[in-house]
Amino acid sequence: MKSETHISELRPPPIEPANYLNADHGVKSWLFTTDHKRIGLLFLASITLMFTLGGVFAMLIRLELLTPKGDLVSADTYNKLFTMHGVIMVFFFLIPSIPAVLGNFLIPLMIGARDLAFPRLNLLSWYIYLAGAAFTLWAIVSGGVDTGWTFYTPFSTAASNTEVIKTGCGIMIMGFSSILTGLNFIVTTHKLRAPGMTWFRLPLFVWAIYATSMIMVLATPVLTITLALMAIERAFGIGIFDPALGGDPILFQHLFWFYSHPAVYIMILPGMGVVTELICAFSRQRVIGYTGVAIATLAIAFFGFLVWGHHMFVAGEAAYAAMAFSFLSFAVAVPSAVKVFYWTATLYRGSISFEAPMLYALGFIGLFTIGGMTGLFLAALGLDVHVHDTYFVVAHFHYIMVGGSLLAYFGGLHYWFPKITGRMYPEGWARLAALTIFAGFNLTFFPQFILGYLGMPRRYYSYPESFQTLNVLSTAGASILALGLLIPAVYFLWSWFYGPPAGPDPWNAKGLEWTIASPPPKENFIVTPVVTSEAYDYEVAEIEPGLFYEEAD
Amino acid sequence: MTDRTNSDLTNYVIGGVLLVLTLLTYLAARIDLGAANLIIALLIAAAKAILILLFFMHARKSGGLTWVVIGAGLLWFGILLLLTMSDYVARYPAI
Amino acid sequence: MSYRVERMPEMQFRDLEQQQETAQFGMWVFLATELLLFGALFTAYTVFRYFYPAVFAEASHGLNAVIGTVNTAILIVSSVFVALAVAAVKSGRRKAFLFDLSAAIFLGTAFMALKGYEYYEHYQNNEFPGLAFDYAVPNAPIRQVYFFLYFAMTGLHAIHLTVGILLLVYVLVRAYRQHYSTAYFAPVENAGLYWHFVDIVWIFLYPLLYLIDIHH
Repeated sequence: MKSETHISELRPPPIEPANYLNADHGVKSWLFTTDHKRIGLLFLASITLMFTLGGVFAMLIRLELLTPKGDLVSADTYNKLFTMHGVIMVFFFLIPSIPAVLGNFLIPLMIGARDLAFPRLNLLSWYIYLAGAAFTLWAIVSGGVDTGWTFYTPFSTAASNTEVIKTGCGIMIMGFSSILTGLNFIVTTHKLRAPGMTWFRLPLFVWAIYATSMIMVLATPVLTITLALMAIERAFGIGIFDPALGGDPILFQHLFWFYSHPAVYIMILPGMGVVTELICAFSRQRVIGYTGVAIATLAIAFFGFLVWGHHMFVAGEAAYAAMAFSFLSFAVAVPSAVKVFYWTATLYRGSISFEAPMLYALGFIGLFTIGGMTGLFLAALGLDVHVHDTYFVVAHFHYIMVGGSLLAYFGGLHYWFPKITGRMYPEGWARLAALTIFAGFNLTFFPQFILGYLGMPRRYYSYPESFQTLNVLSTAGASILALGLLIPAVYFLWSWFYGPPAGPDPWNAKGLEWTIASPPPKENFIVTPVVTSEAYDYEVAEIEPGLFYEEAD
Repeated sequence: MTDRTNSDLTNYVIGGVLLVLTLLTYLAARIDLGAANLIIALLIAAAKAILILLFFMHARKSGGLTWVVIGAGLLWFGILLLLTMSDYVARYPAI
Repeated sequence: MSYRVERMPEMQFRDLEQQQETAQFGMWVFLATELLLFGALFTAYTVFRYFYPAVFAEASHGLNAVIGTVNTAILIVSSVFVALAVAAVKSGRRKAFLFDLSAAIFLGTAFMALKGYEYYEHYQNNEFPGLAFDYAVPNAPIRQVYFFLYFAMTGLHAIHLTVGILLLVYVLVRAYRQHYSTAYFAPVENAGLYWHFVDIVWIFLYPLLYLIDIHH
């Protein structure tokens, strides 16, 4: 017998004030929007699709590596799998992720502006991203590419018989999207801050996006040219990278890594910005060392441009150049470490709560530290000779990219989900997912440090029998990680429609974005805010007398 | 913003100077000065670029922010050029 | 009596002045990215000229230094006209504005025509890697590198010049339709900034490509 539903149990549809989601209706209002908030969501949809595709390639890689022999796929196919995994994850997920989704949504809100400086350019940026993604997908379905995401010459220009040019074009196109986004953020941060919002009152997330944008606009053009030259060389048999033509393959590597090393800072700096926001909000503390963190952010962006040669230690680079790059690579770790110390100091004596965003932030600090320190191992010339091109490198960068960037991205998505949608996600499931992701991630990648140290090369589909146990652990971890990643996909979607209303400031956090309704109105601020307080204006925690100093008698 | 206009005379004069410098570059290149040829050519080119920046692009009268952007572009190009060349020069000194 | 409508700033700006300042700053940032774009090619050029100065010198004889010099002068004069055009729109001199823009467009097109002629000459002389290149001469591989860089750098420049011409044409059409005024001229200024940048790039390309060895 069907039980009757009492009227009090029906959840009436919330009476929604006008906000950016219900301001206009219809597909055209989304496809031709210039609202930075909607564009952020458009990016969210696109990069989620690309992330899923990249994840599928990852699972196939890990499945192949369950057994020592190459038995699931052929060697050529395996080459395509890791190449496409890398291309998609680096260029079509990590580079855009936090800037294009959270940056787009939040920067105007955080600085008190009604939109970015160039809203139509912002929409164009999304369309260019789609074009780049379409090109790359076309390359994948027409046979894929097997050169590694690094496209080293002369293999990519002369020997590979896969879709190098199409993929190169896709990445070049995506590069323009990146440049326009970065340009927009830089100009917006300089010119559209609300009255009273001085540089040193900005949330550190804005500083992080600003530094990231600096890298985007200065490094990406070099990648564009390099890939264009590679494509021309491949297409016409002329050029400057193939020794047979009179060229120099090391020049390709210099030009490629001039972009691709700063690119990894594009991928991590926004994550650091998110983590600063989360740490402050969930320990209810003013950040310790605001100026230090801001300067460290800029320092990472700058020094990140001086270290690219550490990818070429065993490629034939000059010993003196290698020493300089090695030294500079150690130097660039310092501002990152400084930030870790400041986060820790901010946590100290804070009123800490462990909601899902905080779990992600804490996970970030631990995993990023491991990833960063193993980077120092790689920066040491002698060690690098042994672990270059092994799974040690793979583990290192996945600790930073996944343990760092991805966790920060998820933390940010959870933290700002109520602002974006006006609803709350289910906290219990979110914590479960966070812990599953953390556990799955470590099980996947920690064994890879050991494997690399023991000598297992990267980009190989077969390996000696003795490495199998660690590989099986890694694949098991990958399955758990995949499961953990699926859970938020489900509850975010569900919560968007059925989650409880969140209100303007569910976290009791500080920041201009929390002073307006959730979801925000289309023009963000009905009245231009005037800023008078510092960022993270939480009540300063009382320091116990005698804790840091002797009380005078 | 509106007080950053050149008089027509300024524009003509700077244009004239640029044309003279161009001719100078060409004539200097016709004399064999060894390694100095390249340096002279680049110095004259830099002078022309500075004139265009200062007078036609009004960098003089724009705020400090414009100079920061110009400086950043030059600095980063410098990093690319110098660090890359440092590898090559270290391997094959003084060709 | 002309009737001028007060132009509204876009929603995110306080007033028209902030909008124009922001647009100009955006153009400067964009030019910085363009410097890095060309910079990659200048770097490649530096590497190869460092290693093969003699071959570069010899190969550069295939370039017509007279046309190169004339083209440099053409671009400089076109920049003068662009500067005159910007001054004209700011002071409300419509006729001068339209004439100066048109002159700059004409000169830019003349540059492209001369460049096209040069390219055709290289094709005729088997100095066009990919289309017609003589691999049987001494030092052919490095000659290929030199000419490849020549075409890559002047080609990229030509693409940018074409974009510049199209920008000026767009501005000219809008100017003809009285879109700009003494209060609103940012697009003209910004198109001018772009044009001057393209001129500066050529100012460096000219001696590096054409004047390596014209004293022999």
